Formats: sequence, C-alpha cells, structure tokens
Amino acid sequence: MHRYIPHTEEEINEMLNEIGVKSLEDLYVGVPKTIDNYNFENGKDEFTLKNEIIKLSQKNKIFKPENIFMGAGIYFHHIPTIVEHLANNQRFVTAYTPYQAEVSQGTLQALFEYQTMMCELTGMEVANSSMYDGATALAEAMLMAVRINNRHKILVSKAINPEYIKVSKTYCTPQNIEIEEISWTDEGTIDLDDLKNKIDADTSAVVVGYPNFFGVIEDLKLIKENLPEKIIFIVVSEPISLALLEPPKTFGADIVVGEGQSLGITPNFGGPGIGFFTTLEKYVRKMPGRIIGETKDIEGKKGYVMILQTREQHIRRAKATSNICSNHALMALYNAIYMATMGPQGLKQVALMSYNAAHYLSKKLEEKGYKRVFSGPFLNEFAFTVNEKYKEKWHELALNDFLGPIPLEFIYPELKNIALACCTEVNTKESINALLKNF
Amino acid sequence: MTLFELSKSGRIGYELPNNNIEDFEIEIPEHLLRKKPPKLPELNEVDIVRHYTNLASKNYSVDVDFYPLGSCTMKYNPKFNEKMASIDNFTLIHPYQPVETVQGSLSLMYELKNMLCEITGMDDMTLQPAAGAHGELTGILIAKAYHLSKGDTKRIKAIVPDSAHGTNPASARMAGFEVVEIKSGPDGRVDLNELEKALGDDVAVLMLTNPNTLGLFEKDIDKITEMVHKAGALLYYDGANLNALLGRTRPGDMGFDIVHLNLHKTFSTPHGMGGPGSGPVGVKKHLAKFLPIPEIIKDGDVFKLNYNKPDSIGMVRSFYGNFSVMVRAYVYIKTMGNDGLKKVGHMAVLNANYLRKKVEKIMPIAYPDICMHEFVSTCENLTKETGVKALDIAKRLLDYGVHAPTMYFPLIVHEDFMIEPTETESKDTLDNFAEILKKIFEEARQNPDLVKNAPYNTPVRRLDDVTASRKPIFKFNFKGDK
Repeated sequence: MHRYIPHTEEEINEMLNEIGVKSLEDLYVGVPKTIDNYNFENGKDEFTLKNEIIKLSQKNKIFKPENIFMGAGIYFHHIPTIVEHLANNQRFVTAYTPYQAEVSQGTLQALFEYQTMMCELTGMEVANSSMYDGATALAEAMLMAVRINNRHKILVSKAINPEYIKVSKTYCTPQNIEIEEISWTDEGTIDLDDLKNKIDADTSAVVVGYPNFFGVIEDLKLIKENLPEKIIFIVVSEPISLALLEPPKTFGADIVVGEGQSLGITPNFGGPGIGFFTTLEKYVRKMPGRIIGETKDIEGKKGYVMILQTREQHIRRAKATSNICSNHALMALYNAIYMATMGPQGLKQVALMSYNAAHYLSKKLEEKGYKRVFSGPFLNEFAFTVNEKYKEKWHELALNDFLGPIPLEFIYPELKNIALACCTEVNTKESINALLKNF
Repeated sequence: MTLFELSKSGRIGYELPNNNIEDFEIEIPEHLLRKKPPKLPELNEVDIVRHYTNLASKNYSVDVDFYPLGSCTMKYNPKFNEKMASIDNFTLIHPYQPVETVQGSLSLMYELKNMLCEITGMDDMTLQPAAGAHGELTGILIAKAYHLSKGDTKRIKAIVPDSAHGTNPASARMAGFEVVEIKSGPDGRVDLNELEKALGDDVAVLMLTNPNTLGLFEKDIDKITEMVHKAGALLYYDGANLNALLGRTRPGDMGFDIVHLNLHKTFSTPHGMGGPGSGPVGVKKHLAKFLPIPEIIKDGDVFKLNYNKPDSIGMVRSFYGNFSVMVRAYVYIKTMGNDGLKKVGHMAVLNANYLRKKVEKIMPIAYPDICMHEFVSTCENLTKETGVKALDIAKRLLDYGVHAPTMYFPLIVHEDFMIEPTETESKDTLDNFAEILKKIFEEARQNPDLVKNAPYNTPVRRLDDVTASRKPIFKFNFKGDK
C-alpha cells in the first residue's frame, strides 16, 4: 500500500480476474524482465523526507533582497503575495494543455489576457502563450525570420545576453543558419559601422537588446534606419523596462522576445522562467508556439480556444513551425497576475525606482573613483571597472551577506576587471550604502 | 468578464517599499521614453483574487477528477512535492550565485541525475531541456554530433514510425534531418521489413517510443536494436511512455543509446496548463561527451558546473534547466523509492488492462492484445451507425464530469480514443468511467443529436474553433482601437 496508489489486495485480484490473467507477471507478455531492484533506497515517509530536504536546501544560501545587486538576466523584484497564492490554485497547476476548451476556459482566458498584456507592453500585434525562456524564444525568433525571408545569416549584437547567443547557435547551426556577432561601441551600443559592413543579400535578421545585457538602452530608431528593407528586426527586451521605454513596435520591430521572469516569478536557480514571443499579425502563420484566440460557442457566448494549430507539431509534424509542445503556460499565469496587480502605474514605478537605485549606486561608485565602462544611457544595470582582486572579493561579499555585482569575466572571458551591477525597487539607500563600504 | 473590462482608472492593487532614494533625472533620449502607458488593467487586490479564483473554477484538472489522456500520464501530483519545491532556499536562488552558495541545488540535481540514470539504464544525463520536445531536439543533436565526430556526413535521415508523437518528426526536422516515416505492421508495432528497407548508410537515428502510442510493447526490440546498430545508426528512446516500464525493464537494457524523459509525466510533476515540464536526456557512455553544457560534476565533496566540454552540442537553454520541476521529481522519487516505483509501473499496467477489458465491451480495441500503460479504442462502428463521432463522445464525457481521452491520435487509427488511466486511479474511478462511456453509447444510439450537440453542463457550450482560426482575434479589443 502507498498513499499515492489506491489499490487494495482484494481489488488487485478482482482486476486480474476481470482481465483473465492469474498474476501481474502475465501482463508482461514479451516484455523482458531486466531489473529486480533499483540501486537506491526504498521510499521514505513524508515527515522524515521533509527534514532531509529542508536540510539539503539549507546548503544553499539565500540573500536579503535589498542586499542583492546581481541581475544579468534574472531579477529579484518584489512579488505581491497574491501572485503565488492565485497561481498556485491547483485547478490551474494540475490542468493539462487546454485541448478540451469547454472545460479549460480558466486557462484559456488567463492566457488570452496574458497575450493582450504582452502586446500592450511591446506594442506588438500578436503574442503567443509562452516559450521556455528568453534564450529559446530568441533562437525560435531567428528560425522564424529565416522562414519569412528565406535568407540564412543572422547578425546579433554581441551586447545581448551571451547565453542567448550560445543557445541560438545550438538551434541555428544544424539548419545551416549562420550567426555573426556585431561588436559594441564605447557607449555600449551596437557598432553601426560593423553592422552595415556585415549586412549582405543573405542577411535574414538583425538582433539587438533593449536594454542590452550591459543595461544600455540601444537607439532602436537609429538602428532601424540603417537596416535595408526585408531584414527582420528582432528586439530582445526585458518587460519591466518597457513600462518606461517606448515600445519596440514604434521603431519598426518585427519580432520582440525576451525573458519574462521579472514579471512576478522567483529566480528558481534559473528555471522555470518564461520566454515571451510577440510579432506582427502578418507573420503569425510563421510563428512558433500556442496561440489563444477569442470565439463564440453555439449559443453565441464568448469563449476562448487554441487557434492556428495547423502550424503546430501535433498536426503538421515534420513541417511544423517548431517542435514545441509543452510550453511555460503556468509561468504566463504568474506574469499575467503580476501585471494585473501592478497595473500601468505600478510597473512604471518599479522601473523608475530601479532606475533611481541604480543611478544612485553608479554615482556613489564614481565618487569613489570607479568608472562606468560604457557611456550610453542605462536603466537599472551598468558595468563598471573593478580591480583584479574583485573576483575573490565577490566571494567574500557573499560571506558578508551581499550578492554583489557579478564579475563579467565569468560570462565574457575577454571582459577582465569589469563587474555588472543591478538594482531594483527592493534595494534601499541603506543597503546600497552598506554595499559601498566594501568598495 | 475580462480583466480589462473590470479595470477602473486610478484603482491600484499594489504597494511598493520606500527605498529612500531621491529621484534622478531621466537621462534617456526623449524619443526612447514611453509616451503612452500600456493599457494594463487597474484593479484592487480583491478584484484580482476574485477574477482568478473564478477563472480557476472553470478549469478541469487532475485535482477535480479522472483525466485519462493517452500518452500524457496525468497522474496525481503530490502536494508534498509542491511544498518542497516552494522552499525559499530553493526558489530565491540566482543561477549566477557563487558556487559555494548553491551546493544544495547542485547536490539535488546531481543525485536526481544519478537516480534517473539508474531508472533508465543510461550512463550520463543532462537535466537542462525544458520539456519533452526540447529533450528530443537535444537528443537528436547529440546523434548528429556523434556521426559528424566520426567524419560521417552522409547520415541525413531520421526514421520515425507512423504511430510516433508529432514532436518526433518536428524535432528531427529542427535538427536538420530529413524525416522518413515508416508504416506500422498489422499488429501495431514496427514492421521489420519496412525498417529494413528504410535503414541504410544515410540514416542517423531511429526514434522509437516503447511501449508505443498504442500502448504496445515492441516485442522485437532486440532485433530492432541489432538492425539499427548494424546499419551504423543510433537508437533514440522517446520517454513519454516510460511509466509502463517502471519496475520491469529499462531503455538502456534494451539497447537504446539516447533517452529523453518527461518529469511531468512519469515523475508526477504537474502539467501546469501546458508547462513548465522538464525533459532530461540520458545517453550511453560513448555519447556523454556530446551532452549540453554546463554539466554538474562532483569534485571531492564539492559540486561544480563544468563548461569545458569541447565536443558538447552547446547550450540548449539559459542556465541549468527547470530547477523547481526537478525538485518535485526528486521528492517524488525519494517518496516512492525503489519499492514504490516498481509498484507504480505494475499498477499502471494493471489499470490500463482492466479498463481495456471494460471498454472492450463498449467499443473495439484497435489492437486487441494485452497492453502496457494505455490502449487505443475506436468508435468507428458507432460513427457509421449513428453519425456520432469520437469528438462528440469526448464532449459528452465532459457533461458527465470526466475529461475526454486523447482523440484522433495516433493517426493510424480512426475515430479513436487513446486511454491512459495511470496508477493513481482506483478501480472505482475506472468502473465509473466505463459506466459513463456505456451510457453515452446508449444515448448515441437512441438520440444521436443529444450527443452531437454536447456539452451542455460546461462553462461554455461547444466553441467555434474554425472561425477562431479563420478570423483570429489575438487579444482584447480595447474600445477606440482600430
């Protein structure tokens, strides 16, 4: 007997009888028996296991939110209590993909509302209901660009998240799509001369960050002006920034993707977060992932269903726009509840407070003789020079309960003695001042 | 009502801390500053709570009742797993924290990887892929890297049986392979003659689900393995149906070279309305060097992330995978243990065969044989007789408060239901499902229109998905737009 397996001995016998076999063994006709036991322990009771797992978790160290100055793609923001509370409703958590729409209206409406809000933030016309993460969303955006214009070279700003570039290469190389990186300027923005030199007749798309990995806000207008027609303009963005920044659509973006973790999702050691994926209506049939649409039932009542499924693997098989099946729908729900809670004002206030905190830290560091590496405008992350001892110092800071600015050498081996700082609305003047004592 | 219709200008549902920091001048060029705020809803906290609570009540879920979706393994999702996954010391961890501050997470992942290797009979594993299909892509890229590493550039094909999940051909295509679909034999299994014809020195890999999507074990698996390996190709195991094999045999023992798992199927993590899942990929020793970076290694008593793998296929996603999902699967395996996991497989197979016997009295089983964890039945006769289709029966099931099985899949059976009860359902639940099904068949014969117009008792009636795709509405239409 086990608490997750309901069968009594008597029932097992009744069931075997009904099937017309004598023993469980008889159900494995032609199935070789190759194991008697797994080489690990028998099951443990909940009480014992709980203590063991809590003990294991305590080998991790968590930091007070106000003492965290590390971002680089994953952010600590305040998450209102109701976000997790509502998203943990087991009628969301234990539901499957909404194939039976009539009994999945909760899922479908929540995702439709999520899509609407992502369109509002990015300015784009269509959003899908989620990808795995920012990196795979970008990789899929590149594949989509190639489907649109049938060209095979992607130019990527080297100043976007390096992990995104690595993942994109894993996805693109097997399809003979070439990814070429474009260097950055002293401002930390994409080098337009390098870009213009590398654009050729086979260039399918250009990818820039907004803000980019160094926190610098690229001038999308200027970049777009330098792109020949037919080149797909892909923007990688961070959604909270978009409360303050003009939506990429204004500047002619064709696809806007990114990581949505900052919208109400805990860092989770890097996953699950969520990839968001938005584009223009004219490209929707080339788009990967599930899309929810509004419709009516036979009595004329409003309802929601999955639409344009002929793009997807379960129908189109090898000709599908992507192999994606399971997505990150539950994380889209977290995003939706967070956005509904913060509203336009709250989201803007988060962006502004993050801006102010980062600029305060930057000013104080400059007063202490530290220099910002890039001169371009930034929002809540910035790179600054440190001495060669900082790599060790960073570990000491952790012992002193600070998650300090990350030494960039871990991510870009060529960027020695540079750290990337991040602030959000949860950092206080006191915590910033306390951090500064270590510099 | 949508969030947007509930919204009232000026209402708020949030509070933020005071960080005591003065306002700085915004040094962002004017043209890059947002002019019009996004039309996000403005709501009070209670509005939001009621909105989502009401939405949730419109959802069917495993916690509500029986969810017999074939190949989806909708088993019960233990609440203890949820609780453990939500421990702050697991959720509030940044992936780039100093390695000495994340030893708990890395230790858990390392142990999980080893337990999954033991369960599958593989030598090494990555936990990075975010879903089953993502695992497939990862696995197929490993197959590709293996052949290329030997200088073998002519292997451009991947073989997939016609009963395979749609993700198989789609993943193979994404990895740049030409997909060759082979017909199943009359017993619903791989036809060895078809396989022989398809194999050659241009084939990189055979993707196989075993038991297959008809719930049948590929009895000729030893022969298949031999044929595939003799042709110089690799054998890939789609782990969607691994639940059936727990306590009996392992893909590694059958000769598979690459395996992907679905932690959200076999290992009880919730499906979350479509995700997040987790799709670890295991390989035999000779393929370990191709696994994605980073790998988790143990150096003495310390766990580390190793990025130095020159032959790796690279990164398949950011960071290290869906960690919170891994915690749930880890807790599940620890809870079940060796003894419990064996029982899982046995009871899953018992339940499927018992329900098969019950359903057999109502409609034919497509391949009437002892099955593993699931089976496929067809209502084609009833459709001919009454015009009532599988879809109609599915909708009528919703009226009776149970979820419909997977329908119209695999593609080789018509008007079919693919039924997977899982081990967490009791005999009573299965009996009840069979009773309802029987009743619906009676209704279909007596009053076909009743069934054709179902459902009646659901939050909405049958929805028009044809128009929804023909004239798509992608987002809420705010007044004044367009």
